[in-house]
Amino acid sequence: MPSLTLLGQSLVSGLFIGGLYGLLGLGLGLSWGLLRLINLSHFALVLLGAYLTYQLAGTAGMNPFLTPLLIVPGFFLLGVVLQWAFDFFRVNEFSSLLVTFGITVVIESVIQWVWTADFRRLETPYATLSVRAGPLFLPVTEMVMLLVATALSLLTWAWLRFTWVGKGMRASVEDPDIAAAFGVSPRRLALLLSGVGAAYAGVAGTFVALVYTLAPSQIYGWIGVVFAVVILGGLGNPLGPLVAGIGIGISESLTMAVAEPSWAPLVSFTLLILVLVLRPDRI
Amino acid sequence: MTLRHRGFLSATAGMLVLALVASTSAAPSGQPIRVGGTLALTGPLAATSLVHKIAGEIFVEQLNKKNGLLGRPVEWVLLDDQSKPDLARTLYEKLITVDKVDLLIGPYATGAIMSAMAVAQRHDKALFHHTFGIPHLAKYERQFPTWAIGPEPARTFPNLLFDALAASAKPPKTVAIVTSKFPSVHFMSVGAREVAAKRGLREALYLEFEFGNRDFGAIAARVRDANPDFLWMGAIGLEGNGLLEALKKLDYTPKIHFYLYPAPGPLALAPEGKYALSTTVFEEHPPFTASPVAAEYVKLFRERAAKAGMPYQSADTQAGSSYAAWQIMEAAVTATKSLDDKTLAQWLRSNRVDTIIGKVRFDGPNNYGDDLSKIKQVQDGKWVVVWPKEFAAPGARLIVP
Repeated sequence: MPSLTLLGQSLVSGLFIGGLYGLLGLGLGLSWGLLRLINLSHFALVLLGAYLTYQLAGTAGMNPFLTPLLIVPGFFLLGVVLQWAFDFFRVNEFSSLLVTFGITVVIESVIQWVWTADFRRLETPYATLSVRAGPLFLPVTEMVMLLVATALSLLTWAWLRFTWVGKGMRASVEDPDIAAAFGVSPRRLALLLSGVGAAYAGVAGTFVALVYTLAPSQIYGWIGVVFAVVILGGLGNPLGPLVAGIGIGISESLTMAVAEPSWAPLVSFTLLILVLVLRPDRI
Repeated sequence: MTLRHRGFLSATAGMLVLALVASTSAAPSGQPIRVGGTLALTGPLAATSLVHKIAGEIFVEQLNKKNGLLGRPVEWVLLDDQSKPDLARTLYEKLITVDKVDLLIGPYATGAIMSAMAVAQRHDKALFHHTFGIPHLAKYERQFPTWAIGPEPARTFPNLLFDALAASAKPPKTVAIVTSKFPSVHFMSVGAREVAAKRGLREALYLEFEFGNRDFGAIAARVRDANPDFLWMGAIGLEGNGLLEALKKLDYTPKIHFYLYPAPGPLALAPEGKYALSTTVFEEHPPFTASPVAAEYVKLFRERAAKAGMPYQSADTQAGSSYAAWQIMEAAVTATKSLDDKTLAQWLRSNRVDTIIGKVRFDGPNNYGDDLSKIKQVQDGKWVVVWPKEFAAPGARLIVP
């Protein structure tokens, strides 16, 4: 029988990994749900953000938590440019898979060219820093990551729900013609949303650099579970990926604690299959 | 004889010596001998493949600076299998049927070597390969494994490791075995579990996780709960670092800890990697570097690795095995004066070859010979061999904290 400490620690671990899933899924879900683009290059942008954090903090000596100040504006512009290109070439939901996969491969090659295929680790005092809460240890970086994921999810939700821009975006998705009649420009809003999604990838990249050792092929490591998170959370719902991510993270972690760790991946995909069977309208 | 005559004779003799030297190290000429192979230049195995690329490039350059092979220059036809065994299969088919290479050198890693082996078998070609991890699957009679782990590494290696631990200041009484399900790792961990039980160690924990797992929080919590004397981590690549970092976040340091096939740089350089143990067949210190060939190779490897932008530039087990594969190929071709695959295979099965990883032979089951594995440990941020004692780095011994 696993001890309460073990269960508690696993719960904490699942909560934090769920924060990462949520952060990774936020931009992807917005793009898929509101722009109808399945943007695989989101994962490549995350890793590019991670390598830039590594470069800025590891080589230039910048505080890693400040690197988003430089990365986010650049990534916002990159997202805008990408969306402009998708519009220009009339990329639709289906072809976006292929196109963005191509962009992913290009970004992976660029990363390998600049930083080589060898592993890179950002050594910072935060990497293994934990605070103690009774018998439990709370890793500081992961805690900040969860807070940032929660804050960004809530802010995005509020932005879409309460601002004119957000309402315009939702209206464009539901009925582009009527939205246009009210003066909404779907194209401009798409550029803005794509920029925001790419900026979120940059933020996620900073935390990936802080928590993990980097390698170019890591791009593909999270695709499966983050797709599950986005679909479970509901496309275009900014709070959904975080909630689903935490749910999956905790389920995986508890499975590792009480049963075989090798069963953990089954959890997320079983949940995904169940949702697809019972609620096919979520896509 | 006058001084003038003496001077003339000396000059003539000198010229003759120079001519002789020049003829023995003459630049190779004629049609190049083409050696074909793939490496995972992109994809998840690219980090290690870069080591093999550098090793091969150094060897081919050295060969061509001497006399080539059979007096002919050597050309390495290297293709990128993108870390995909299925693509490796197609590319080896192409190397044999389209590029018409003379000799085959293996890809990296076990999955791709299996693919290449099947193609080589179909065309009766000899295959020299570097780091194949599952000897009992290497059934083809013309495949020659360089990584000398013996035919039964799942039995011989854990025994070597437990011998080393038994001889230490604090022999472990309990063991936790945590292993990736990656095929070449998993069977070794299962072997270690059996050997540990036979040697009377109590199993405090046995866990398996999927290859590619990134969240080690819960696994670390279970290791901490079990608190074993010895942790065997059936890890490949960064999995070892993942577990150690997760353990550190729980303020837990494993007492004695072993990692099967780690990413050597990240583990040696991480503060948590202190005193980590692993397996090796070559490290860049004496007695491995006692031969001038090995010493020169280590020097060149470090230079090339730095030039390639690799953060960790040590020549270790992968670099050693890779270079040795080329040495084996050269030895067979030079001794038989032939490029015929059957002739090369026959010679190799009845002769031993001196390489930088030691003397290797191919007359055992599935062309495997002795298990030349050693135990290495991270000491002062570097890997050093600590067992067997005769291979230990000068002044190094197994440290059990």
